[in-house]
Amino acid sequence: MSSRRDFLRCALAGGAAVAGAAASPAVQARGNAEISPDAVGLLFDATLCIGCKACVAACKTANNLPVDINTTPDSPWDVPLDTTARTFNVIKVYKDGKATLKDTEQGGYAFMKSSCLHCVDPSCVSACPVSAMLKDPVTGIVSYDKDACIGCRYCVAACPFGIPKYDYDSPTGAIGKCQLCRHRMKDGHYAACAEVCPTGATLYGKVSDLKVEAQRRLALKPGETTVYPRGNLTTGDQPSWEGAVPAYVQHVYGEKEVGGTQMMKLAAVPFDKLGHKPLPERSFSSRSETLQHTLYGGLALPVVALGVMTFLAKRNMPKDDDSTGQHSDKREGGQ
Amino acid sequence: MSAHVHAAPAPVGGRLLNAVSFVCAVLILSAFAILALRFWGGLGAVTNLNDGYPWGIWVVGDVVIGSAFACGGFSVAMLVYIFNKGEYHPLVRPALLASLFGYSLAGAGVIFDLGRYWNFWHILWPGYASPNSVMFEVAACISLYILVMWLEFSPTFFEKFGWTNAQRKVGRAMFFLIGLGTVLPMMHQSSLGSMLIVFGTQLHPLWQTMALPAIYLISAITLGYAVVLFESCVAAAGYRRSIEMHLLTPLSKVMLGMLGVYLALRFGDLIVRGAIATAFEPTLQAFMFWLESIAFVLPLRILGSPAKRANPANLFTGGAVLMIAGILLRVNSYLVGYQTGDGWSYFPSIPEMMVTFGMFAIEVLAYIVITRRFPVLPREDHAPAGQAA
Repeated sequence: MSSRRDFLRCALAGGAAVAGAAASPAVQARGNAEISPDAVGLLFDATLCIGCKACVAACKTANNLPVDINTTPDSPWDVPLDTTARTFNVIKVYKDGKATLKDTEQGGYAFMKSSCLHCVDPSCVSACPVSAMLKDPVTGIVSYDKDACIGCRYCVAACPFGIPKYDYDSPTGAIGKCQLCRHRMKDGHYAACAEVCPTGATLYGKVSDLKVEAQRRLALKPGETTVYPRGNLTTGDQPSWEGAVPAYVQHVYGEKEVGGTQMMKLAAVPFDKLGHKPLPERSFSSRSETLQHTLYGGLALPVVALGVMTFLAKRNMPKDDDSTGQHSDKREGGQ
Repeated sequence: MSAHVHAAPAPVGGRLLNAVSFVCAVLILSAFAILALRFWGGLGAVTNLNDGYPWGIWVVGDVVIGSAFACGGFSVAMLVYIFNKGEYHPLVRPALLASLFGYSLAGAGVIFDLGRYWNFWHILWPGYASPNSVMFEVAACISLYILVMWLEFSPTFFEKFGWTNAQRKVGRAMFFLIGLGTVLPMMHQSSLGSMLIVFGTQLHPLWQTMALPAIYLISAITLGYAVVLFESCVAAAGYRRSIEMHLLTPLSKVMLGMLGVYLALRFGDLIVRGAIATAFEPTLQAFMFWLESIAFVLPLRILGSPAKRANPANLFTGGAVLMIAGILLRVNSYLVGYQTGDGWSYFPSIPEMMVTFGMFAIEVLAYIVITRRFPVLPREDHAPAGQAA
């Protein structure tokens, strides 16, 4: 009886130790990752988007992507409803009622760009077991390496924005996602979606510049006139234009969400209506990695556990167990 | 020599070809046919997987649930060798055998689910391996544990073939293998819970908690005992052997003790986090949570008194209900509580289920073949102990 109680006590202690280890990370948490000073990204201003989808087509061309007919099975158009492994960027529309007025929550409509947000502290990178998802330490671009990938789709499951997508129709399926046209940078190009955008709704640049621009717009009075840059904000490679200031929602989506993203968004319709759920400021990868590092940091806990278990097993093993009984009779000399 | 004298393990004997093995063979062949289609046409050809639910029953069923069910070996070995409860020794080999196949098949089954399976070695290869990934930890520990388990079980084969030298060598290292064989499953069973942490707010608050590793680990140990109860009853019925009540009755009490720890942790966590309120909202998630909770509490009623524990039917039912509870916890946290946004849904396709049944059939068939031909189960006729076949 007492030995059974011993067992339960041990089990309880073990359980409590594990629970304690699991609960303690908050104390010694790894914080959100810091953004690189040279990080590049996008600013999408939904109020400037006219839904022309030039960016969708440019993205396809720049990334050499095949047609992706997923509207209806017999539709002849390459008009994907969402991003897929073959479509890295789509423009979606929010509409309410008769959808007559642009950028109006009630009875109106608004456009929203859907593509990778290039998180400062990405869940996909933290989840990937084989370093196929990597964050560039300088540009901060979250890239994907097909040749490293094992196709486990943990990144697909982990991303809070539903961005990495897998090609289920291919026997050698790979993940598809926006990599901010990093392959075009050596030729002096930048993200094709921003390069081609006629209104500057998608603006490319250094994240620090984009943040200043976003805050500038939010500080303007609705109705007054202002200058809207196009193309690359940092280099000013395209002529800007003048237009009226809309009634922005006072929130830069992506500035704080899950530790910040390198693509930020402005809109005049609440973001949850545009498919962007509210997200906490602490990144999920920092929570996950804090927990893992607490349990396995330096392998200290597992090694101690192994030592204890091995010692107990050695002490408790019957001498003839699982061997032919020719065991030497020496006892453990440790004590 | 041993503190407890038990009947030595011996082959059960009997015919290998019978109705059960035939049904298993048919299921296994169908699964292979479907897998051929999967490798020809991609995952989409046979599964209902999609970008909202990139993981289906091949991951949740075959790996997450399958490996938890395979915790019998670890749970019993811990009881016998770590907590020095030698009386449970006859349960070690059969439990280890089931674990061995549960894990080996979970490991092999992952390959079917990997989209770029030919790269699978990257996960353990320096330069590719990413220690920050919880999945890396799971893969590393499971791979190593499968190896350790085969070594732990190898004396059964050495005994059969009379390789005393090899048997003696493994016997000398056995204490270390047993140490590894308890630490490795503790690590990856908890990590199967930790894998969900990075899902963040995509996982319903009833399941998203930093206590996930502890919840998964303790439920896995508890499940290990439940599976042993279930398996011993089924093996006794299938082979018309007597049920080892003198072992299973006290084992069921150990299981209930662990279950108590689990329930205290699970509900304590929900209350501390304030998530318990969401269990009273009219949602599918809340409904499934209560179903899960009832299945976890029910074994306390079924096996609550010594009289109830003395009844084999109750041991079987209690074990089975707790297995269902374990399935529900894992299905709920990986699928039902996982909400990726509007428009996505997942329910396994028939071919997808057939593959999972096929994997299960391999386990059953291997269990039958090995227990009939190799010394796993204790000898029935009380032959002198220590006499190996």
